[in-house]
Amino acid sequence: MATQVNDIYKIAAHHRFQWEKAQDCFVILFPEGMVKLNASSGEILKLVDGLTLVSTIIEIIKKKFPGVPEIEKDILAMFDFALEKAWIQKTN
Amino acid sequence: MAVQNNGVSSSTTSTQPLWLLAEITYRCPLHCAFCYNPTDYDKHTQNELDTKTWIKVLNQARDLGALQLGISGGEPLLRDDIETIVEEAHQLGYYSNLITSGVGLTDKRIDAFKKGGLDHIQLSMHDITEEINNFITNTKTFELKKKVAAMIKDRGYPMVLNVVIHRYNIDHVKEILEMAEALGADYVELANTQYYGWSLINRNQLMPTKEQIDHAELVTNQFRDRVGNKMKVFFVVPDYFAERPKKCMNGWGEVFMIVTANGDVLPCHSARVLPNMVFPNVKDDELKGAWYDSPAFNKFRGDEWMKEPCRTCPEKENDLGGCRCQAFLLTGDAASADPVCTLSPNRHVIEQAVLDAQNPVLQAQPIIFRTDKNSKKINNGEEKDRLGKFHAVP
Repeated sequence: MATQVNDIYKIAAHHRFQWEKAQDCFVILFPEGMVKLNASSGEILKLVDGLTLVSTIIEIIKKKFPGVPEIEKDILAMFDFALEKAWIQKTN
Repeated sequence: MAVQNNGVSSSTTSTQPLWLLAEITYRCPLHCAFCYNPTDYDKHTQNELDTKTWIKVLNQARDLGALQLGISGGEPLLRDDIETIVEEAHQLGYYSNLITSGVGLTDKRIDAFKKGGLDHIQLSMHDITEEINNFITNTKTFELKKKVAAMIKDRGYPMVLNVVIHRYNIDHVKEILEMAEALGADYVELANTQYYGWSLINRNQLMPTKEQIDHAELVTNQFRDRVGNKMKVFFVVPDYFAERPKKCMNGWGEVFMIVTANGDVLPCHSARVLPNMVFPNVKDDELKGAWYDSPAFNKFRGDEWMKEPCRTCPEKENDLGGCRCQAFLLTGDAASADPVCTLSPNRHVIEQAVLDAQNPVLQAQPIIFRTDKNSKKINNGEEKDRLGKFHAVP
């Protein structure tokens, strides 16, 4: 199901999200695997804490990267992808 | 701000040991006929690294960028310092995994691992029948496995089951998957036996037929369709029945580093079978130099070392010529194409191996179980007939 602006997500059980100095990027770690995230995905997932609404995350990112066209669409697409990969799960 | 590449970083930096496997001891209460450990492991049961050295190893590997830590063996729980190692690994930011047979896992120890920050436990399972479990491991461990699975689940760990598949259990894959489902497994790896170490010398006794493998894969796919995302099932394809080799370790010295019980630093589990190689050892060498500068880690990096038909093969990037150890063990030349490849001039050795495994006379040879006694015998030059055939005499 596609992400809605009033959804709240957390990092999925058994997954860990952390900054990696040696790789200079955020990563997601889970049993038998890991994913290196690009900068924009890392910025979004950094705000995923099980409490913050997707709409709030969109506002924060918009302020951080003003003037980027279609930013909201990209953020929602990123959430859809992360959900499909089971990196995050819905809490509400 | 476009999300490129589906959110996954596309940067291909130079090599980095993202995975560190700590083969912390070769001692093991099980005696599995399919163990990939070296047949001469008995040499390394008296000279294990101490806790302080392991902590140094964890720190050095983390500085190089290692993220995933596997604590393996033998049976790692035979050491009483796993709690300390787990705690240190967590503080350093590793995602840590205890790879165990379950023997020696008590309530007290699993609670300490949880408190120390161990991220998951991978439990080996062997069959749904007590008879096969006890036969192939040469131990009475069937009931214990189920008890340990329940302990893992109870502590809120993801349940990761690893089942090595061979002739004796391949026809039970459906029931094995159903057992995993009943135990609440999150991940199941059906690992068709790869032939190294003990499994290589027992190859005629372990290898199933092509028909059995096809059936097992069909059953696995049917199971996947039924359970969906609830349980992830990996089916590791046996390379002898493939037409192209595996991209072994994702490339020599690319992302994987192993430190063995006695401190040798290896790019893959069985690299010590290769002749004329000197591997770094953590007692004398820093991991940074071992990874980047040692002749051993550079020996098969990239494709400069390749011979024909690999060198000019349009598919060489797909598999990097396959497994160096398998090439050596089966052809005597570590730089030749993995004979699994149908383009290899040595492909016939794989075809012969498949035929041999169906030869009743060869099948009837006794299994050489992974025991200290058998390892000592091998080190003393016994069993040469079985080993010599594979260029595997230690």
